[in-house]
Amino acid sequence: MSGRRPVVYSDTTAPLRERTREALADDALAANLRAAGASWGAARTRISAENPFAEMRARAREIRRGDIGDLPELLARLEERVTAAGGVVTRAADADAACRYITDLAAARGATLVAKSKSMATEEIKLNEAIEESGLRVVETDLGEWILQLAGQHPSHIVAPAVHLNKEQVRQVLMAESGWELPTDREALVAHARTRLREVFASADIGISGVNFGVAETGTICVVENEGNARLVTALPRIHVAVMGMERVVRDWDEAAHILQILPMAAIGDDAAGYVNLITGPRAPGEADGPEELHLVILDGGRSALLGTDLEEALDCIRCGACLYSCPMWRSVGGQAYGSPYSGPIGSVLTPLLEGMEGERSSELPFMSSLCGSCHDACPVGIPLHDLLVRVRARVTTTAHRRDRARFRLWSRAWSNPAAYRLSVAMARIGLRLAGRRGWARRLPGPGAEWTSQRDLPTRWPPTPPR
Amino acid sequence: MRAMLMRTCLSDVMAPSVWRATRTVLERAGVEVSVPRRQTCCGQPGWSSGHPDQARRVARTALAAFAGDDPVVVPSGSCAAMVRHGYPELFAGQPEEEAALAMAGRTREFTQFLAEHGLDTGARGSGSATYHDSCHMLRLLGERESGRAALRAVEGVELREMEATDVCCGFGGTFSVNFPEVSGRLGEEKARHAAATGADELIACDLSCLMHIAGRARRTGVPLRVRHIAEVLAG
Repeated sequence: MSGRRPVVYSDTTAPLRERTREALADDALAANLRAAGASWGAARTRISAENPFAEMRARAREIRRGDIGDLPELLARLEERVTAAGGVVTRAADADAACRYITDLAAARGATLVAKSKSMATEEIKLNEAIEESGLRVVETDLGEWILQLAGQHPSHIVAPAVHLNKEQVRQVLMAESGWELPTDREALVAHARTRLREVFASADIGISGVNFGVAETGTICVVENEGNARLVTALPRIHVAVMGMERVVRDWDEAAHILQILPMAAIGDDAAGYVNLITGPRAPGEADGPEELHLVILDGGRSALLGTDLEEALDCIRCGACLYSCPMWRSVGGQAYGSPYSGPIGSVLTPLLEGMEGERSSELPFMSSLCGSCHDACPVGIPLHDLLVRVRARVTTTAHRRDRARFRLWSRAWSNPAAYRLSVAMARIGLRLAGRRGWARRLPGPGAEWTSQRDLPTRWPPTPPR
Repeated sequence: MRAMLMRTCLSDVMAPSVWRATRTVLERAGVEVSVPRRQTCCGQPGWSSGHPDQARRVARTALAAFAGDDPVVVPSGSCAAMVRHGYPELFAGQPEEEAALAMAGRTREFTQFLAEHGLDTGARGSGSATYHDSCHMLRLLGERESGRAALRAVEGVELREMEATDVCCGFGGTFSVNFPEVSGRLGEEKARHAAATGADELIACDLSCLMHIAGRARRTGVPLRVRHIAEVLAG
């Protein structure tokens, strides 16, 4: 599948390790991530204590496993009900097909301005680039996404895209864009954004949103948000295009109600989202508002290949971002270092799976984890992310991984033979004794060099205490 | 009661005192301990690096070395988790599947084994200690208590909890050398949290975490002593 479009951003060229180094050197980033992680953690602890979270999680897991098991059938039903409600449904096999459908539609309707609300699927397919290449203007209206669009940056978190920036950094971005001097308080900055974005809502020809999930029972599109911008994007422009990953479907309203409850708990540690938009078809005759046309683009983009495999659970994800916040690695380097719209544990699983296992940059991601399992604990639908990471690692086909496998082949040959094992242990112990000075090695050659780049190695045990 | 001791490759290379201390404690508690000579490594390094075929080859030696019905005791939460959590997947559909499931069922991390059988170690000590929850012990084995219980049972030792004790120390096997800078940052945070308790030493059930935390602490000038829990219990 080498023809597949990269999921990682085109400017992701440096090796992942280099990008993590840059991120670690950024003290402001570290402070912003620490604050974000701590505030999510506190909210999440509180909400989990106030609710029977473990039972809710078990139920959510059951729901998602069932939905993915019946995915073809549920999608067919969703398509049928959306169409019956007056919407137009398109199945896009890949990013190119999805982007082309939307730019063709915009051209056919003579559109010039597109307003967008937050959507991971459109980040994945690089829709903004495609729209701009076709000569139209596209404006992100989620506050965080808008800030990043102005700053020319990629989102760092699935739910809170600009969480890596602090108030002052945001202020600088907004001042650079507007040329105005802006005050430092939060309210004033938000008011400024509101004024600027109102102009966009009022004049956009097309509104593009994501889809948190489609309810097959009624053909309803759910868009969950906290700012109200998605409501305007899906209601004011003449045309609403909703872009949905094909796995984002639930069977019925029983299931939808449960997911709607657990999603904000996991995502922001609150028991309800600010706005829940439930969209069934475009404006019907006699209705006062809503778009004239509703288009639902259902994106495959590599997802259907996971069905029925031991990686299928990656499709259970409801994009809450909890595994990101819970991940010590993500909290250390932030989402941008991942170079993919999907960062953190779920991003490290999804990115190579969607892009193809031969992708040099995408296939580094699953290795950037200590497999500590805190992502699994945090996941509201119980995806065993630490297991998926191991399974994805095994499927990587890059040159680097093949080289690593050659080393492990030697390892397995030696260590599957008890005598060779004992010999290698004895040699290692001699090497250790030679390398140590007063019980510690500060610099090791060869394969040990990366260890001692960051730490000393105790050559005696228990280690000689520090002076 | 009888038990087979899995020494672990890391203890063999870096710290034979750890598996010897484990044997001492078990014997003192009345367990008849055997240390199968043909054991090597559980296979985890290959498994978690994405090389299941290579890992399986090594893990087969463990299945052979620990054949029988006696419980297998491991002074490492991570190696125990590999056997209990990893082997069923590693050997699924393989000729050794049944043997692997059986071994997974009778393998226990050292302090879990002590707790499960109510074994008294009769250990004495002095001073204070803080306890590090290693990730595979905590989340793959779901064990938060047995290590702490073993420490609390040591007469004369005071247990002090550190901040963020459930956060990974950043070791992560080959992660520690593939992304050493991220690993190092997390190790330093862990060392600082441990040192901030003012406890005399940091104790864990996993040698790997301790080796990493101690090494990072020394490199960054954080005063910290570490010991494996078996060494504390052996006195």
